[in-house]
Amino acid sequence: MNTALRPYQAVFRARFSLLMQYRAAALAGFGTQCWWGAIKIMVLAAFFRGAGATPMTLRQAIDYIWLAQALLTLLPWSVDPDVARMVRSGDVGYDRLRPLDTYGFWYARAVARRTATPLLRAIPMVLTAGLLLPLLGLSEWALSPPAGWNAALLFAVSLVLVVALAAAVSTLMEIITVAALSERGVNMIMGGVVIVFSGNLIPLPLLPDWLQPFLQLQPFAGLLDTPLRIYSGLFSGSDAVIALGRQALWVMVLAAIGRAAMARVMARLQAQGG
Amino acid sequence: MTASNIVVDGLTKSFHVAERRAGALGATVGLFRRRRRTIEALKGISFRLADGELLGLIGPNGAGKSTTIKILCGILEPSAGHCEVGGLVPWRERIRHVARIGAVFGQRTQLWWDLPVIESFELLRDIYRVPQARYRTTMDALISMLDLQRLLDTPVRQLSLGQRMRCEIAAAMLHEPRVLFLDEPTIGLDAVAKLAVRDFVKTLNRERGVTVILTTHDMHDVEALAERVIVIGNGSILADGSLSALRRGALAERRLLVFFANDIAPTEIPGASVRRWEGRSAELSFDPRVTSAHGLIAHVTSRFDVEDVHLDEPPIEEVIARFYALHAIDA
Repeated sequence: MNTALRPYQAVFRARFSLLMQYRAAALAGFGTQCWWGAIKIMVLAAFFRGAGATPMTLRQAIDYIWLAQALLTLLPWSVDPDVARMVRSGDVGYDRLRPLDTYGFWYARAVARRTATPLLRAIPMVLTAGLLLPLLGLSEWALSPPAGWNAALLFAVSLVLVVALAAAVSTLMEIITVAALSERGVNMIMGGVVIVFSGNLIPLPLLPDWLQPFLQLQPFAGLLDTPLRIYSGLFSGSDAVIALGRQALWVMVLAAIGRAAMARVMARLQAQGG
Repeated sequence: MTASNIVVDGLTKSFHVAERRAGALGATVGLFRRRRRTIEALKGISFRLADGELLGLIGPNGAGKSTTIKILCGILEPSAGHCEVGGLVPWRERIRHVARIGAVFGQRTQLWWDLPVIESFELLRDIYRVPQARYRTTMDALISMLDLQRLLDTPVRQLSLGQRMRCEIAAAMLHEPRVLFLDEPTIGLDAVAKLAVRDFVKTLNRERGVTVILTTHDMHDVEALAERVIVIGNGSILADGSLSALRRGALAERRLLVFFANDIAPTEIPGASVRRWEGRSAELSFDPRVTSAHGLIAHVTSRFDVEDVHLDEPPIEEVIARFYALHAIDA
């Protein structure tokens, strides 16, 4: 094993295997997510029936919704409750006692959270929406396969970048939590922002045309909208490559901001209690 | 004496605390103008510690003990002053520094709450890049010294406080640090667990030469472990020396317990004052620099029919309380 990375891999592994234990929560979440997915699709279907020209087909919109539901826990819309608890109790100081780059340490932990939980949720969701619904004769409402082999490959690359980006956003949120000594403000703001600007609430292609340039430039599109557009062929060829580049760029920018913020926060760290 | 391993020079640390004004109006005003108060947690702390020494850091709550430890551990940056541990400045060379120290904060946990103890240990092994063979030997030694075998597969949240503390200390020693910081390691522990922790710390220090800095409110910890004590109050060092020197300076008196063969009415004893006198027993206190113990005993035994005498020193808590009072610190 690469010794330089050994500690970070160990942090990832420990967190990953711990989160994989939360199967009951995953099952409950799965039920809720199916229900919400179905409601969103019905609303959209009604909306599409009355609309003239649409920026995406109903088929593409249905895929978008199902995948958005499957990947819900990839979205960094709340601070890791364990980290929030550590900030409140002061145990967070222990992380500074480890001979690790603290940003790398936290990033590894965030990557674990953004892979373990989504894996538990995405697999049953995709199986249900993609296989079970057609078997029940509901193909019209099911998740359809990707737009092509190219789309599938680029979608996979984009998903990896989603994890990297989601972990960067999560880590930044944790750093703000340390500075603020509470996760409540971060959760309140980020909850709304991430759900709307990633495309989870309403697929971004359905938002007004004049907003589109902005929507594509902002970092949260890379958390969900980018891979979903690639999946259903709304982005292909050079458009898709540019979108992947934007995701990668945001990973680097947010990681750089996170690193700088962490250095500042840790230098000013005040331990309570003398 | 070996070269100083820990050098602390004029360390100061001030915190800024935003003050809240009372009431709804005050809260509204606070949104626009914050009143900030500066708290000087440390006002110039200096000391040196040789390799293999065991130092007890005592003082009332809020005196600055934990702040000192946190600076030495590299968690906090001081406002001014200098310090080095084994030639490294903790907050500047943090990663190299923390790889060589161990720390236990009695009120915190470094074990992963939902994991069995052994998994926390293995994670720490990887974090500190301890080679497997080395880990095996250290682990075996720690398991036998701290009697951990039965605890290893238990999730941390199911451990009693005493069991957890033994595991915490083991976790801090897995990478064989040469310096160990213990911040209130015995807080909340029962008598048996306290003794186990003290024994272990003593063995580490005496037999393995680990340098230990310990903060505690339990003066029996200090009595059992520390040859040297630093008393911190209001962010400054008030005393630095042995416990017996501290005793001489603060409360030199000794006490003589006398048990009579029959009821004796309270009376004056020259050279001593009566602390308590109840029928068949009396407690006298005297200053050994003025009155000699054997003179006093001779006087008492010749005057009364005495069954037994017992010579004692005031309990250490009382000495420390007197010391705080002398220095006008709110304990």
